[in-house]
Amino acid sequence: MQSSSTAVTLQKTPLNGVHRAAGARMVDFGGWDMPVEYSGIISEHMAVRTSVGLFDVSHMGEIEIRGPRALELVEHLTPNAASKLQDGQAQYSALLYPNGTFVDDILVHRMAADHYFLCVNASNQEKDYQWIVDQNKIGAEVEFASEKYVQLAIQGPRALATLAKLTDVDLAAIRYYWFTRGEVLGVPAIIARTGYTGEDGFEIYIPPQEGERLWNAIFDAGMEFGILFCGLGARNTLRLEAAMSLYGHEIDDTTTPYEAGLGWIVKLQKGGFIGRDALVAQKEKGVPRRLAGFEMRGRGIARDGYRVFVDGSDAGRVTSGSPAPFLQKNIGLCMLPSTKGELGSSIEIEVRSRLVEAEIVATPFYSRKK
Amino acid sequence: MYPNNYRYTKEHEWINVEGDTATVGITDHAQDQLGDVVFVELPKVGVALQAMQSFGTVESVKAVSDIYAPVSGEVTAVNEALADTPEQINEDPHGKGWLIRVKLADKKQVESLMTAEQYQEYVAAEKES
Repeated sequence: MQSSSTAVTLQKTPLNGVHRAAGARMVDFGGWDMPVEYSGIISEHMAVRTSVGLFDVSHMGEIEIRGPRALELVEHLTPNAASKLQDGQAQYSALLYPNGTFVDDILVHRMAADHYFLCVNASNQEKDYQWIVDQNKIGAEVEFASEKYVQLAIQGPRALATLAKLTDVDLAAIRYYWFTRGEVLGVPAIIARTGYTGEDGFEIYIPPQEGERLWNAIFDAGMEFGILFCGLGARNTLRLEAAMSLYGHEIDDTTTPYEAGLGWIVKLQKGGFIGRDALVAQKEKGVPRRLAGFEMRGRGIARDGYRVFVDGSDAGRVTSGSPAPFLQKNIGLCMLPSTKGELGSSIEIEVRSRLVEAEIVATPFYSRKK
Repeated sequence: MYPNNYRYTKEHEWINVEGDTATVGITDHAQDQLGDVVFVELPKVGVALQAMQSFGTVESVKAVSDIYAPVSGEVTAVNEALADTPEQINEDPHGKGWLIRVKLADKKQVESLMTAEQYQEYVAAEKES
């Protein structure tokens, strides 16, 4: 066991004190002092799969783009077709470099025809903002808005029933990847049916000064369903079961959407966008490597960065590996040459200088019943 | 919380000496820091351990932690129940969650380890740093 202390000042969400008072174990997550677990990763994970869990994800960044040329800028910056969005609709997308690799993966929300709201990764937000500003040669208005919002995620099959107690908004009418503006306990909120858990649920964006009151109110509303506070530990195992990418693991500034299995967010036919030429070229030439899911067959847990062997030779790395609490298996994602790692084939993961057998399986590992 | 008849290491193992043999496990503080334990890798009976050297690992959902031998000696028993119920390390770290038993090579090695009181001071100081 090693403990570490850090010299840099960590950033804190407005709920930091609430987490500490609740007994959360805190960790440095990309420069943020965040709760990794409260009652335990397994129980928190299971609460989200079977009932409801509450996450503070205020470390996530928000960037707003406004003005008559807002759509033009978003279309230029992102590979997905933002022009297809309607008011109140959200879309998974990315910011790409000219070589087709990720600046970040993002959610684009269309607030109005001249107003787009981007949700970006915590540790990338300053970089993303600077990138967008640098690419903005057309006079769109770009605002770094992270400090204007506390973001809470209410996730799980009882998320709707929990949140419904606190709002008059018809939550059932909000479709998956749509959102609405409404009030939660009288507080103006963006209420989005989005999440990072593979489960039904909502992400709400509210003014920071109301964060603590709503945090407590949502918890009270979910008590009858056995709601639990959930930390980044469960957030990670939940997203991994759902095979969702995490920046710095599956995707980064060396990975393209095609390699990461995210070709569906690339709409080449939409016209020009940053990274398009590189992606067209990669598609023509053939994608050299791709992300694959695996389940451990032998005794051992694959962890991030472990080496992957195919036919006895070093073929790639585990991008994310963990026990999967709901599936009760040890699972992972790895980046392999496209010629290797066919579905059903056997690979080996190097676990502490020992090779442990695993099998390439279809992803997502977990899909909720709809 | 921390039995007075046990000794403790800076790497957060405990050792309970009874005659020529001793039982080894990880401390309550160690299990608390790890979170839900899901996997344990331990040596086989008969393996010779060197003091201060890693002899196995305990893994939680989130983390992998090496376990170090508090003393030198030969493994005489392994807690086989942990293969199916590793959560015993969380539930009863100083009892049912024991890891291995060793036949001591040199009983004097135990004397250099921390007492319960010293260990609790050590943990408190570590928390502050």
